[in-house]
Amino acid sequence: MRLPRLLNRWLLFTAAVFLIALLMENEYYLTLLNFIGIHTLLVVGLNLLMGYAGQISLGHAAFFGLGAYTSGILTVTYGLNPWLAMLAGMIISGVAAFLIGIPALKLRGYYLAMATLGFGVIVYIVFTEAQAWTGGPSGLAGIPALHLAGLSFDTPWKLYLLIWMVVILILILSASIVDSRIGRALRALHDSEAAAESLGVNTQRLKLLIFVWSALYASLAGSLFAHTMNFIAPSSFDIMFSIKLVTMVVVGGMASVWGSLLGAGVLTILPEVLVFFHDFEVVIFGGILMVVMIFLPRGLVRGLLDLKEFRRYKRQGGAFPV
Amino acid sequence: MEILAPLLQYLISGLTNGAIYALIALGFGIIYNATTIINFAQGEMVMLGALCAISIYHVNPSLPLAFAGGVAMVTVIGLVFERLALRPVRDPSPISLIIITVGGAVFIKGIAMLLWGKDPYSLPPFTSNVPIGLGPATILPQNLWVLGVGALLVLFLEAFLRLTLVGKAMRACAYNPRAARLVGISTGRMVQLSFGLSAALGAAGGILIAPLTLGVYDMGTMLGLKGFSAAILGGLGSILGGVLGGLLLGVAESLASGLISSGYRDAVAFLILLVALFIRPQGLLGGKQ
Repeated sequence: MRLPRLLNRWLLFTAAVFLIALLMENEYYLTLLNFIGIHTLLVVGLNLLMGYAGQISLGHAAFFGLGAYTSGILTVTYGLNPWLAMLAGMIISGVAAFLIGIPALKLRGYYLAMATLGFGVIVYIVFTEAQAWTGGPSGLAGIPALHLAGLSFDTPWKLYLLIWMVVILILILSASIVDSRIGRALRALHDSEAAAESLGVNTQRLKLLIFVWSALYASLAGSLFAHTMNFIAPSSFDIMFSIKLVTMVVVGGMASVWGSLLGAGVLTILPEVLVFFHDFEVVIFGGILMVVMIFLPRGLVRGLLDLKEFRRYKRQGGAFPV
Repeated sequence: MEILAPLLQYLISGLTNGAIYALIALGFGIIYNATTIINFAQGEMVMLGALCAISIYHVNPSLPLAFAGGVAMVTVIGLVFERLALRPVRDPSPISLIIITVGGAVFIKGIAMLLWGKDPYSLPPFTSNVPIGLGPATILPQNLWVLGVGALLVLFLEAFLRLTLVGKAMRACAYNPRAARLVGISTGRMVQLSFGLSAALGAAGGILIAPLTLGVYDMGTMLGLKGFSAAILGGLGSILGGVLGGLLLGVAESLASGLISSGYRDAVAFLILLVALFIRPQGLLGGKQ
């Protein structure tokens, strides 16, 4: 019973994605949807780390940037095949995440947050300063479009198909990870690290695995970003972007694959729709983070659903199952 | 002799910045001892200290008043931040607390940008601006102010924690909150006090450095992160460790920016942080974990 229902959900989602592709002609909206797709890839990975492993990365923009710059430099300067460059970016990001994650293997609490933050700052500085490779603050231009079997992904419409196919695959992959043995171990780890360990889960290795995994998603998103924009500059990969990604996770809801899509969607569209948003952007993101985490620690959507459940139970006079 | 003069100059500017990092590191340590929270908004208190003092100085050009007023205002902000953002927290897990204080930092920075705009402001040096010769190098009177007042604040803090009843109560909370509560210490009050105290230290650091670096809305982030690096390097929660970590970090990045490349100056600080986390995560003066 469970499997067909799950399948239906994915089929519906895929159908919706293609329906939009058929109906949508406005290039501006398609570009916006492409950004939502790229942000979704980042947020799903970060959500696996935050919502399931209970760890936080304040430097996810660095892995996004490593993917983008590896793709950019290898294709522009060295003329490498974009798909190979994408793979190279993922290898570099994965290794970097592994090395940064080792302190988290040994330590608890705030250290991964701090190590990733420091790493994010260093990577951003390197993007800005290593002008010979990255073009410095003025950026790297002329990144070619992706090709596949004679088809060039050079219009918003074709990119939409490519990006959202990747998004669908990654969402399915992530949902099945969550439902797998690893996912159950992660949930155990999130509820009680000691209990999970006593059941034979190597919690530290699991945390590292998920951290590296989320960095791979970020790198993939970065490569797609580079080939979508055809131009990258360091300002897309600063600490504020890492914090925006955390906000997207928090709005969509911790430990929710679909919530990631929602969080990425809402916070990518809002700045475009609200004209006053630009001046208040920093204040709004900071305010959302504080208020949601203080009052609804499971995230905005999940928290509101919990509240609704709570009301329903209260109306029926029963106790709320905690 | 030719190599010595610039080296001495780097040492002076490194120690000056290091003193500020040390004050911020102590703020991190005080809050960490009382609550085991890392307050990512600590750097914003430094920025608020500098900008509040500059605004007060523009209304009434008296430096002592600006210093006292700036510190007082930011202390209140620190207390309000604890009351509004941290006391109501329902799920005090590290990840929630990190997100809340990071959100707080971003929020405060955004408000400061709306209030003061993006332009930097200057604060006149506390005394004359004539460089003093020091062997082959020179030192500005403001550098001396930073080092002197910084040292004085550290001594005051140490005396407060060791000699006064309230200070002893704070230390008791740091060792064992439950035992402290059993002997009648209000731990909630101590947590509040720790936020006020570390906001005051951060603000003092910001006002001391403002004549040298100007005050601008986004100065706090980097200073806060470096202060945290200093705290980790020295050993989180240790006063001597924080001071040592701050001075070492300041001198290291000053030497690196002078001898290697000024563009990578900030990267050096975080490289030191990462190396410290890898090799000796408990810090130079921290105990065994």
